[in-house]
Amino acid sequence: MTAGLNWPRYRLVFLGGALVTLVLLAAIFANWVAPYSPLDLDVVQMLQGPSHDHWLGTDELGRDVLSRAIFAARVSMEVAFVAVSVGLVGGTLVGLVAAYFGGWADLVLMRAMEVLFSFPAILLAVVLMASLGTNVLNAMIAIGIVFIPGFSRLARASTQAVLRQSYVEAARTIGMSDARIIFREILPNIVSTLIVEAAVAFAYAVLLESALSFLGLGAQPPDPSWGNMLNTGRGFLAQAPWLSLVPGMAMFLCVLGFNLLGDGLRDIFDPHLRD
Amino acid sequence: MTDVSDARPHRAGETPTLAIRDLVVEFPKRHESVRVVDRISLDVWPCEIVGIIGESGSGKTVTALSALRMLPKRSRIFGSIALGGRPLLDLDDRSMRQLRGDRLAFIPQDAMRALNPTLRVGMQVGEPLTLHKHTPWRRALDKATDLLGSVGIREPQTRMRQYPHEFSGGMQQRAMIAMGLALEPELLIADEPTTALDVTVQAQVLRLLKAIRDDKNTAILFITHDLGVVAELCDWVYVMHRGRIVEDGSIRRIFTAPRDDYTRMLLAATPSLSHAANVPPSLAAEVHT
Repeated sequence: MTAGLNWPRYRLVFLGGALVTLVLLAAIFANWVAPYSPLDLDVVQMLQGPSHDHWLGTDELGRDVLSRAIFAARVSMEVAFVAVSVGLVGGTLVGLVAAYFGGWADLVLMRAMEVLFSFPAILLAVVLMASLGTNVLNAMIAIGIVFIPGFSRLARASTQAVLRQSYVEAARTIGMSDARIIFREILPNIVSTLIVEAAVAFAYAVLLESALSFLGLGAQPPDPSWGNMLNTGRGFLAQAPWLSLVPGMAMFLCVLGFNLLGDGLRDIFDPHLRD
Repeated sequence: MTDVSDARPHRAGETPTLAIRDLVVEFPKRHESVRVVDRISLDVWPCEIVGIIGESGSGKTVTALSALRMLPKRSRIFGSIALGGRPLLDLDDRSMRQLRGDRLAFIPQDAMRALNPTLRVGMQVGEPLTLHKHTPWRRALDKATDLLGSVGIREPQTRMRQYPHEFSGGMQQRAMIAMGLALEPELLIADEPTTALDVTVQAQVLRLLKAIRDDKNTAILFITHDLGVVAELCDWVYVMHRGRIVEDGSIRRIFTAPRDDYTRMLLAATPSLSHAANVPPSLAAEVHT
């Protein structure tokens, strides 16, 4: 610990963190970073390949693909952030309550989670979108609900491990209430595990959002999202492969970044690897 | 038994800090139930350090936990326990929770495990103040600093901001004692607080407990299996064996003229330097006496 940063241990975090930061900066500062508006049509320039004016070419309506990909990052990040927050908060609460109170609460909550778990993620999201209506906000909620069971299981297992520790008993001896024990004594001890899971879930949320948009259930045209860009590009695969390649690569780098970050964080938080 | 004076200084008109009467604790097993504590009665008077001594499994910790009402839900308790005259077994959970940590504090055996590894020590020592008196955090932390200083932790300001793993075993136990003292409870229940400590640190903690009794008039119920500790610290001692109190008396009387066979065996089993070849009597010897 005294010899400064331990590079091999932090390598993954830095690599993943760099990719994630890149995507986040692009999303936050899209207005300044993107060379064109994502919605400006230029019919003369349609389906042009990469050039000096349009680095990554133009699409079937002459819009700048790079600008659209950058603005699409904003949609993806917003959806992923809200969805992961919904999943993290909802799942953690369910898991904490189930593990802490046990008995009937545990039984009912965890069986409900298993029902949610039994649906494939995409199917569950599509069904939820179909009943909620198709817009970005509902995509956030639908993806968030998909994440709840995973987080709840993780939170429950971690809580059960913490409950066996004597400091929980000690908290009771100074007269702490159940709620205070849950949030002050238990939550800080399980939060690192949940953060790692959240980073990985973030990557998955990006994929799910793209899948929903690809199916026409997320961001609605003309608003750009990687999913609907990919869907449009599908029709021009032979003439204009960059239409598919650009959003595909963007998704790839983004998902890779969050996965590396998650793995790196897990290595850091893992007490067995601590020096 | 007139050779040694064995009169407990009784105080007319005073209420005992802790009065346990005919306490029975049973844990149900599949068909029958196991009686862990069997009709015990004991008193702790204000400003008195009372020891409960006995081997593991004799029911001393269960007795302590029943005073805190911290036994597992499935256990069955009969009899009465009163804290300063308030009957504890009739209280609802909420009222009981308000007493714990406020009027009634508990010091566990293993301080390392009783401190939350993810929270700074200062926060944990200040916790009872914010919990029971709704003291603002800033004032609670100031008070916690004073408390850490008063239990003999040096540089309390620095220590406040540290995490439990940065403390030595003795300091962790001191921090637990500081937490227990935060609201100046009537009764401190200490469950083998020195067992995990080495002998020099143990002596310091015992001195600290004595000082607390002298300064704050706190009554202390001290649970241990260590006769030496009892001799050092306690005013009155109860000997527990298999869930019963086999005898009680002043330290002097128990050590010089034990009445019960089990107490005699316990005393004889203490290794002594003056009899280097002294072999502790086996359980077989107990049968023959």
